[in-house]
Amino acid sequence: MFQILKKQPLNPTVTLMEIDAPLIAKKAEPGQFIILRVNENGERIPLTIADYDREKGTITIIFQIVGATTEELNHLKEGDCLHDFVGPLGTPSHLEGLKKVAVVGGGVGCAIAYPVAKKLHELGATVHSIVGFRNKDLVILESQFKAVSDKMCMMSDDGSYGEKGLVTDALKKLIESGEQYDEVIAIGPLIMMKFVCALTKEHNIKTVVSMNPIMIDGTGMCGGCRLTVGGKTKFACVDGPDFDGHLVDFDEAMERASMYKPFERKKHEDTCNLFRGADR
Amino acid sequence: MANMSLKKNEMPVQDPKVRNHNFEEVALGYTEEQALDEAARCLNCKNKPCVGKCPVAIDIPAFIAKIREKDYEGAYEIITRQSSLPAICGRVCPQETQCESKCVRGIKGEPVAIGRLERFVADYHNAHAKAPAQKPVPNGHKVAIVGSGPSGLTCAGDLVKLGYDVTIFEALHLAGGVLVYGIPEFRLPKTIVQKEIDTLKALGVKVETNMVIGKVLSVDELLADGFEAVYLGSGAGLPRFMNLPGENLKGVYSANEFLTRVNLMKAYQDNSETPIQHAHHVAVVGGGNVAMDAARCAKRLGAEKVSIIYRRSLEEMPARKEEVEHAMEEGIEFHVLTNPTEILGDEHKFVKGITCVKMELGEPDESGRRRPVVIEGSEFTVDLDCVIMAIGTSPNPLLHNTTEGLEVNSHGCIVTDENGLTSRTAVYAGGDAVTGAATVILAMGAGKQAAKAMDEYIRSKN
Ligand SMILES: Cc1cc2nc3c(=O)[nH]c(=O)nc-3n(C[C@H](O)[C@H](O)[C@H](O)COP(=O)(O)OP(=O)(O)OC[C@H]3O[C@@H](n4cnc5c(N)ncnc54)[C@H](O)[C@@H]3O)c2cc1C
Ligand code: FES
Repeated sequence: MFQILKKQPLNPTVTLMEIDAPLIAKKAEPGQFIILRVNENGERIPLTIADYDREKGTITIIFQIVGATTEELNHLKEGDCLHDFVGPLGTPSHLEGLKKVAVVGGGVGCAIAYPVAKKLHELGATVHSIVGFRNKDLVILESQFKAVSDKMCMMSDDGSYGEKGLVTDALKKLIESGEQYDEVIAIGPLIMMKFVCALTKEHNIKTVVSMNPIMIDGTGMCGGCRLTVGGKTKFACVDGPDFDGHLVDFDEAMERASMYKPFERKKHEDTCNLFRGADR
Repeated sequence: MANMSLKKNEMPVQDPKVRNHNFEEVALGYTEEQALDEAARCLNCKNKPCVGKCPVAIDIPAFIAKIREKDYEGAYEIITRQSSLPAICGRVCPQETQCESKCVRGIKGEPVAIGRLERFVADYHNAHAKAPAQKPVPNGHKVAIVGSGPSGLTCAGDLVKLGYDVTIFEALHLAGGVLVYGIPEFRLPKTIVQKEIDTLKALGVKVETNMVIGKVLSVDELLADGFEAVYLGSGAGLPRFMNLPGENLKGVYSANEFLTRVNLMKAYQDNSETPIQHAHHVAVVGGGNVAMDAARCAKRLGAEKVSIIYRRSLEEMPARKEEVEHAMEEGIEFHVLTNPTEILGDEHKFVKGITCVKMELGEPDESGRRRPVVIEGSEFTVDLDCVIMAIGTSPNPLLHNTTEGLEVNSHGCIVTDENGLTSRTAVYAGGDAVTGAATVILAMGAGKQAAKAMDEYIRSKN
C-alpha cells in the first residue's frame, strides 16, 4: 500500500503530499509522472512527480483540488493509504547540456516547473525563474524557487503580490533586455503555454512545454492522451509529457481537455455534498 | 444411440430487447439436459478431425464421452490436460473456424456445439468443486511473468504447479489483461476471470499490480533480482488509428479507450468516477471481436443507433460468428464494403458526422481475402456524434526499448523460437506480444509451451 507520510496545504486549493513509494523513488526523474487511484472505484488520474527522495523512498505530489478525485484525495490524512500508485511514467525531461534556461511556471504548474529548475541548478545551468499566480493567496513554492534560481520574477494577475502582469510580460522584458536563453521551459495552463510559445517563436528560442491531457492507463494503451505535434499524432503518456512547444497544436489540446467538463463538474458537486454530509 | 438431429441444441440467451440495455451475460449456458442431448450428437470419430483444428489439441471426443457418462469432473480433467482456462475459452473461442469447422456432423447440418459443451463442463466444475487448491511443494526457483492476460496467467499456473515461486507483474491496477479491460462483462463475466486469478493465488502465485516493467523495474533487473527466467506476456495493447482528418475531435475513441472506460473503469455503473460519452449515434470502424464489443457496449450505454463500418463484406469479418449474430439481434446496423475518409466536427470540435466511401472486392491480397477497392464517386456523409476506431492494435514498444538485445520484427512483435525463447537467454515470450492481436486460446497455448521450456531450461542449468 502507498502510505501518505506527509500532507501539507500550500494554499487553500493546492496540497502537497509525500507518498511512500520506494521503487518509484529509485527511478523517478524530473518531467515524469505517476497515476493514482484514491479508492477501489476511483478514476485513474495522472500527477507529475514534484520531487523525490531516493534515500527516504518517497515521491512528492502537488495537486490542485479541481474535481471529485482531487477532492477525495485532499480528504485523506497522513497515515492513510492510496489504493494505487504507479510510475514513474513518461519520458524524463532532457536537461543535460543546457547552460542558461528560463523556467516559466503558471499556477499549480509551478509544482512541475520546480523540480526542473532544481535539476537544472544542480547541473550547473543559469536558471531564470518566472512564476505567475492569480493572486497572493495562491502563491506556492516561492522560497524553493528562490533557492535554485539565479534570477526570479514573481508575477500576479491582480498585482497583489510581486509584479502585476502575466508571465509572458516578464519573459518578454527579459528577452528584450538582451538575455540569451538556450531554452525556455514553460509549464502551466494550456493558454499560458500557448502564449509563451507564441512569444518565443518570434524570438526563435527553443521552447519545451509539459502537456497534461486526459489519461487513463499512462502506458500507451488507450490513445486518450493523444495530441497533434508537428502535424503528427503523439501519445503524451509515452512520447511526452514534454514536447517542442512550437509544434504543439494547443487549440486542439484545449478542446480535448474540455471533453468531460460537465461530467466532472457534476461529480465534484456530488463529492462535495457527500463530504459535507459526513462532516456534519 | 447418437442423436441424429441436424441442428445444435440452441443456447439459451437473454432476450435481445432486454439485454441491449444491461451488462449481464448474454448467453446463459446449457442445462444438464441440453448438454446431454448435445453430447449425444458426437459420433466419437476414430480420426478426430476436430482435435486437429484445436490450437491446443484438446481430446474433444473423449471429454464429450465423459459428459455422456455424466462424469462431468472426468470431462473437466480431460480438458484441463491441455487448457488452463476452459470457462473462458468455452465462451470466447472462435469455434466455427477451429474445432467445429471440421466436425463430421457439420457436413450435413450443424457441427456438435463443442464450445458450449466446454463451457457447460467448466461451469459445472466451478459450481461444484470443493477441495481447496493444494499448494505444490516448492522447488526453490524463482520466475517472473510480465503481464497477466491469458498467456501470463497460464504460464504462471503451469509453473507454480511444478513448484516454482512465481510472481506476476501487471502494469494496470487489476490482473486479467484483455479479459478484464477489453472483453465486456456481458460476454465474459469478470467473476470468472477473478476465480482463475484467485485459484492461482491460492496455489502461491504472487500478483503485483501497478508494476510497469521497463519503467519501475527492467527485465534485466528482474533477472539480477534472482528471477531465473522471465516470461513476457505483455499483449498487443497499442491502438492504431487511421490518420483521418478529424480523428482527434471530441467523441472519437480508440476501441481500447472506450472499452477500458466501460469495462475496467466500470463507467457504465453510476458510482464510477470515470466519465464516458453517452452518444446518440455511434459508428464503430472495424469488423473484429473488438468492434462488436465496442458497438454492443455503446448500445447498452443508451445509443439510439449504432453502426458498424467495415471495408470488406460480412463474409470476411474476423469476429466470432456468434458475436456478429448477437450484435445484429441487438439492433446494431452493419454497413459493409464501406470505409471512412473523414470525421466531421462542429464549432466546438465535437464529432458531428462521418464521410465514407463504398468499396468493392477486387483480387485476393496476401491474407487470401479479396482486397477492397474504392468505388469512385460513392462518397456519402452520415450525421453522428461518436466514432470508435477498432482497426487493430500492435505490441507496446516499451519492453523492446528497455531490454537490450530483445529482438522484435517489423511489426514490433517479439521474435521467439517454437518454445517461446526470445533472442535473450532466460527470457521467454508468447501470446499477442509475439503473434500480434490474436486469440485467447493461442495466447494460452503459448504460455503453456513456454512454461515447459522454462522448466527445462532452469532444470538443465542447475
Ligand atoms: C475487445 C476484445 C475482444 C476480444 N475478443 C476475443 C474473443 O472473443 N475470442 C478470442 O479468442 N480472443 C479475443 N480477443 C483477443 C484476446 O483477448 C487476446 O488475443 C488475448 O487476450 C491475448 O492474451 P495475452 O495474454 O497475450 O495479452 P493481454 O490479454 O493483452 O495481456 C497483456 C497484459 O500485460 C500487461 N502489460 C503490458 N505491458 C506490460 C509491462 N511493460 N509491464 C507489466 N505489464 C504489462 C497489460 O496491461 C495486460 O494486462 C479480444 C481482444 C479484445 C481487445
Ligand atoms: S493515457 Fe492511455 S495511451 Fe496515454
